[in-house]
Amino acid sequence: MSDAEVLTLNVGPQHPGTHGVLRVVVELEGEIIRRATPEIGYLHTGIEKEMEARTYLQNVTLVDRIEYLASYNEEMAFYQAVERLLGVEPPPRARAIRILMCELNRIGSHLMFLAAGTLDVNVTSVFMYAMTDRERYLDLSEMLSGQRMMPGYFRPGGVAQDLPDGFVAAARTFLDGLPGRLDEYERLLSDNLIWRERLEGVAPLSREDAIALGATGPVLRGSGVAHDCRKVLPYGGYDEYDFDVPVRAEGDAYARYLVRMEEMRQSRRIALQVLDRLPDGPIIVDDRKIALPPRAELARSMEAVIHQFKLVSEGIHPPAGDSYVATESPRGEKGYFIVSDGSNHPVRAHVRAPSFYNLQTLPAMVEGYPLSDLVVAIASMDIVLGDIDR
Amino acid sequence: MDHQAVNRESLLDRLRPHVPWGLTTPREERGRAIILVTVGALLDVLGAARDRLGLDMLVDLTAWDRVPASPRFEVVYLLGRAGSADRLTVKVRADGDPPRLPTATGLYRAAAFAEREVYDMFGVLFDGHPDLRRILMPDDWEGHPLRRDYSLSEEPVEFHGHTPKVPSAIIPYFPPGSGSGSGGTTPPGAGAGGAE
Repeated sequence: MSDAEVLTLNVGPQHPGTHGVLRVVVELEGEIIRRATPEIGYLHTGIEKEMEARTYLQNVTLVDRIEYLASYNEEMAFYQAVERLLGVEPPPRARAIRILMCELNRIGSHLMFLAAGTLDVNVTSVFMYAMTDRERYLDLSEMLSGQRMMPGYFRPGGVAQDLPDGFVAAARTFLDGLPGRLDEYERLLSDNLIWRERLEGVAPLSREDAIALGATGPVLRGSGVAHDCRKVLPYGGYDEYDFDVPVRAEGDAYARYLVRMEEMRQSRRIALQVLDRLPDGPIIVDDRKIALPPRAELARSMEAVIHQFKLVSEGIHPPAGDSYVATESPRGEKGYFIVSDGSNHPVRAHVRAPSFYNLQTLPAMVEGYPLSDLVVAIASMDIVLGDIDR
Repeated sequence: MDHQAVNRESLLDRLRPHVPWGLTTPREERGRAIILVTVGALLDVLGAARDRLGLDMLVDLTAWDRVPASPRFEVVYLLGRAGSADRLTVKVRADGDPPRLPTATGLYRAAAFAEREVYDMFGVLFDGHPDLRRILMPDDWEGHPLRRDYSLSEEPVEFHGHTPKVPSAIIPYFPPGSGSGSGGTTPPGAGAGGAE
């Protein structure tokens, strides 16, 4: 076929199916995609550069905005790396609260996938139901941290505040109602011929391609690889909880959808275990070089005032060295590579962004298939452009 | 936390017979197996890690600017194995103008985007990369933003009397071991306006 018959088409950067500002240059032969090239950077805001000019505590504000649908998981990843440098571990209650919020956030993020993903395939009723459900998670986040998104709730060595009164009961109410509602959505979708036909066998990704292209998270697990950082590289206390890692061998968009549906149920299982055995005790480490002194101490102790002043005006000084801790965000492996020289600013903070690597699998998913599969492929990857472009 | 350390000793030991060991500096730090290699031995080490140790995933590839130290750039490869706790960090240092390294895309296809990002942000050239162009910055951008001598500032806007702010002015830089109340200083390697 001659060049004249190849049509080059820009999909995006302004396109409702790209979940942000992503441009995909597709070369079409008729309706079939011969080549797809993702072009990114439209949302690049220089977060990694900016992090070098700010203290570790200030950086949380930036970190929250990277994978903005999963800010608790993002903070978890950031503080795992910082705490590894500092050599501290949060007290048991703080670890439990962190895991609770990360799993609630995972449910909220996967509900967003369900909402946006179904909308892309024009199943508008499930979009409405899933968004309503996500609202319940956002209410919990607001109750805890005052923020629906970008909570800034974790601290080096713990969390900012203890759970507010009534939070445990509210979280239980949300989690108790979840399985029934998930079953309802699944009935709406798995008996829906259009949904099945649009997803089954669409955007296939082989196990070999998924591994070679650096895919992680539900994209990798939808291609038959049982790899979940919470299981294989447990961090932050995940090894204390029972949960399964859902895996599907099909490697298509439907498999990725099924993996996420099951992950919500597993996240609920972890969250309920946290609520059942929530330990008592402090919510942050007792090291005054890392954590602010309690408010009551400030009235009595000059030393506490000095520590407060030093932490607020200067921040923490992790020892020199670098660190990386793998964590599992709703989209895959998220880790911070942080280089410290012993000062109050990181020398380098790099985000291992799961969406960035997952997007590399897009050409493998769509080349040789019709253009209409492109939107399904992007939706099934559940990318966050803030995570890709940083 | 110790679970991340499973197999780490054996990982470096298992790698040892397959690479030019004299050209590497292995160490273990905070539960990670790290190996610093020379530029010439980089592909040998990456290839041995993939084929002999079964580290089939390039989890991450990034770099940082060590200025004023030389060699200036340290590129960091994080290798892993699907479904396993095996993790190996390979570091290589590059110097020159522009700094050059061989591409890892022949061994790990996942390196394609990541090497473009390192090129974009640090100006490290990866010889043999199939499509080495800028990835996050605009194609006509000048300079490499994550170099330490690339000063951080706001993009100028056309308002009268607007002076671009430098974010580091909010909480100044306190070098390692600085006494209290020093007021902070300019970070080493920061360009003009780094802490003004």
